[in-house]
Amino acid sequence: MSDRASAPRLRVATPRDDSRTPARSQPSEEVPAKVRTKALRAFYGKTEVLHGIDLAILAREVTAVIGPSGCGKSTFVRSLNRMHEVVPGARVSGTVLLDDEDIYAVGVDPVAVRRRVGMVFQKPNPFPTLSIRDNVLAGLLLNGVARNDADGLVEQALRKAALWDEVKDRLSNAGTSLSGGQQQRLCIARALALEPEVLLMDEPCSALDPIATARVEELIHELRQTYAIVIVTHNMQQAARVANRTAFFYMGELVECDRTEVVFTRPKERRTEDYITGRFG
Amino acid sequence: MDRWFFRRLVDRVVRAACLVATLVALVPLFSVLGFIAVRGIGGISLDFFRELPRPVGEPGGGMAHAVWGSLEIVGMACLFAVPAGVLAGVHLAEFSDTRFVRAVRFAADVMAGVPSIVVGLFVYAVVVVPSGGFSALAGSLALALLMLPTIARSTEELVRLVPESLREAALGLGVPKWRATLHVVLRTALPGVVTGIMLAVARAMGETAPLLFTAFNNRDWSEGLREPTASLPVNIYTYAVSPYPEWHEQAWAAALVLVTLVLCLSIGARLLAGGSARAR
Repeated sequence: MSDRASAPRLRVATPRDDSRTPARSQPSEEVPAKVRTKALRAFYGKTEVLHGIDLAILAREVTAVIGPSGCGKSTFVRSLNRMHEVVPGARVSGTVLLDDEDIYAVGVDPVAVRRRVGMVFQKPNPFPTLSIRDNVLAGLLLNGVARNDADGLVEQALRKAALWDEVKDRLSNAGTSLSGGQQQRLCIARALALEPEVLLMDEPCSALDPIATARVEELIHELRQTYAIVIVTHNMQQAARVANRTAFFYMGELVECDRTEVVFTRPKERRTEDYITGRFG
Repeated sequence: MDRWFFRRLVDRVVRAACLVATLVALVPLFSVLGFIAVRGIGGISLDFFRELPRPVGEPGGGMAHAVWGSLEIVGMACLFAVPAGVLAGVHLAEFSDTRFVRAVRFAADVMAGVPSIVVGLFVYAVVVVPSGGFSALAGSLALALLMLPTIARSTEELVRLVPESLREAALGLGVPKWRATLHVVLRTALPGVVTGIMLAVARAMGETAPLLFTAFNNRDWSEGLREPTASLPVNIYTYAVSPYPEWHEQAWAAALVLVTLVLCLSIGARLLAGGSARAR
């Protein structure tokens, strides 16, 4: 499709060519983080699947989370908007600071957290009973919020999700009448319509073909200017293409997190190198 | 024998067997409907829906009171059973593995198997006797008890079929769980839930035994919910066991009306619920 796809595995196309600026290897305490986790542990019943994660997610950057299946990537992002605890028996310990506020503090409403931290799931999941327009507005409609500028909001969100031109003449059709790639962008528009501060994407392209994937990646490039984005991906080329920073998870631990080009060319840890060169995973 | 030929032969034979089985299943259905239509159509006239029964020997008359009585009793039964049944079903599906839920599910299954005449006797003992007489209300209660387990269990099954991903989509948008459950999960399952309700309504419409003990019957318009009330199935029974040929014709007509009523209600409800969900 593009020459990027056929490039050798380790050739890194970083989104921003600032590899010569001194690398901020581990963001120190002074770097303003949009989201910062401290000793974050997550459990399913008695099984601990995340063993104390300390990670900073910066505003206006894309952070890719990579690692083999079952390493806790999805659990990690799901604990950033308190979706982890939706699964029966699941719980979290430790701290997740969103703008220096602990979202797990007593008295914090998970519903309010989820409005600030939007989420896009692995499989496109538009609401089958709602039209394209109402899917975009779902976050408001389902909460019983009426907006006078609803039409403007729909257009704005669909434009941001690069879907407007394709659907503007059939906004009243069912959301599920779209193709898979369009449905995923609809889900992104739905998340953006709530004007979140952070966008979590849990393998957003794993159910999409290469062309739809390329469109979603372009979109991530655009969205990076406004949001802090965390993207879980199985595809290391994708991490290399879209992410400023990459975090490598292995067996529930954060092995390393650094600027993408550093992780892919000069990883500090042997395990990282083995994974990205395809020796396991 | 050539394998290709053999496979085609098996294919043909199995297909033919399926077709025959389908026809065998359809024959009783259409013969019942056809038979009722043929025997009942003669007794149907506008008067049937407008007039009260006349004394034996006098021609004409209708069963207006029974048509309305049936609708009234079943309608009120729905008021009790639909909200309770649907919400119970949602609870069973959403909180599926507590001991309480397992107990309720078991109880619902047992209740669905209780013969309807037993339910009638139960309502007779706990409502009719203490309240001093037969009433439409008691009839509705008996029918509601019969509908409740069916509605709860079918709702549960359909709510379970709603993909987890839709629930997560709603929760991920900052929608509280109760709103996500009602507006997304139940809404998505609605066409199926309505079908389940209609099955329960159809069954309740035709129940005779429990009404004999509860709503009883009435030769005249019922004077209120606390009075004995006529219904189609009980009238069919009364007229069919009578010795008068003109009553027999009325019974056939009532049967035809009953079947048509159930059919119309089902189709209407399906159209209403399916209207916006055809998108699936």
